[in-house]
Amino acid sequence: MGARERSIAAVPLSVAAVLPLALAAQLYWHHRLPAPSASATELAAPPPRPVLEVAAAGDRTSFAKVLMLRLQAFDNQPGISIPFRALDYSRVIAWLGAILRLDERAAYPLLAAARLYGEVPEPAKQRMMLEFVHEEFLKDPNRRWPWMAHAVFVARHRLHDMPLALRYADALATHVTDTRVPSWVTQMNIFVRVDMGETEAAKVLLGGLLESGRVTDPAERRFLMRRLEELERSGGK
Amino acid sequence: MWRQTKTIAGFTALEARRGRLLRLMAATLLAAFLLSEIAAAASVTESNAIRLAFLASTLRVAAVFVVAAFIAGSIAREQADKGSEMVLSLPLPRHVYYLGKLAGFAVIAVVIVVLYALLVALHSPFTQALLWAASLLCELLIIVAFTLLCSFTFAQVPVVLSAVAAFYLLSRTMEAIRLMSRGPLVDATEPSSRLIAAIVDGIAYALPDLGRFTPTDWLVYQSGGIGELVGIAAQTTIYVTLLVAAGLFDLYRRNF
Repeated sequence: MGARERSIAAVPLSVAAVLPLALAAQLYWHHRLPAPSASATELAAPPPRPVLEVAAAGDRTSFAKVLMLRLQAFDNQPGISIPFRALDYSRVIAWLGAILRLDERAAYPLLAAARLYGEVPEPAKQRMMLEFVHEEFLKDPNRRWPWMAHAVFVARHRLHDMPLALRYADALATHVTDTRVPSWVTQMNIFVRVDMGETEAAKVLLGGLLESGRVTDPAERRFLMRRLEELERSGGK
Repeated sequence: MWRQTKTIAGFTALEARRGRLLRLMAATLLAAFLLSEIAAAASVTESNAIRLAFLASTLRVAAVFVVAAFIAGSIAREQADKGSEMVLSLPLPRHVYYLGKLAGFAVIAVVIVVLYALLVALHSPFTQALLWAASLLCELLIIVAFTLLCSFTFAQVPVVLSAVAAFYLLSRTMEAIRLMSRGPLVDATEPSSRLIAAIVDGIAYALPDLGRFTPTDWLVYQSGGIGELVGIAAQTTIYVTLLVAAGLFDLYRRNF
């Protein structure tokens, strides 16, 4: 027994009796409570921007990261798993937009939009997400082009919506101006046109691209020249 | 015995007045009020619901923090000044001293709840504000008893506040933790998963289910009822009794 402790006999009988009785009462009380049941919580709309700014307490970047993880984990609520496609996509988009407003350089919301929420097997929801990526891309094309390029891929290969793929590819060709961006990004519209059978238009674009001098890599120039020759040989068919 | 308990409780409450606790309460009230007004002003719709949600959740956390910090500081100061040793050297049973302290801190909790509930009642139906206040008082009484137990056991303010914070967070989130321990991502055939779920259940048995206390939707959706409050009061009675018995057991065994 330590020097700072007295014997248990020093504890009055009433206290010594109440302790196990209270513990038994607590165990009984807990036992008679209904077992916790899992219920899916609906994704609420994000709070207005000023509220998020206040809640961020001056650290918008960290707060945006926390919000993104919370949103991404929303499909796995305690005790229950909700498919992404069951989520209200207008609210998911509102959250992604709110997170981007807090941290404009973040890539995560656009990555999640294009590769996570944009790949559910529901075309209407995929289109909503691709449109969100397109709108956000237009605000900062030289930084956000990777997600727009992925949107072209989803529109072309998942949705099989070639006009939509072309619209997004044209947006890439028109708005991306940074020379450090790989040239295939701005050439996507040419190949989408080829796939669509618009070979004449593709020829014009490809010829214009080679003429412009923007393609400087010799191997890339050779590759594009070969494609142009193939198009010319096919006679615009 | 009652007179002695009342005297100790009176001095404890007096310390709160002299320690400018009222000013701290007023500051937290003002901060919660401003935060809720900013949130309401920024909202497009349901502005009163947003105001109430911000107000209720901020005040609830503030009340827990203010009460716990005051008790931890008060007991630590008294032990450093040898005040508790002086009182216990008097012909006074230890339980009178302990219950007097508990009663004094409970009075402070009542004052906090009344002040905070008055602000909440400005924006919600009176009966719902009353139910919310009663539930908040129950929550604070558990915090008072737990902080008092920890303060006599650990004596160091940072340790006491850490223990209270852990207890509060765990008690509030226990239901979600129990669900996650059996959630869809857990392989129920694994012995380790079953062991973890059993440990989580065991911890849940020893904690009050604070997740059912003081829900904001009582104020926002006027969904509170006396039936729920009775359950909360019963859980409070059982848990405060358990904590007080544990505190007295510890106090009676201690050599000063």
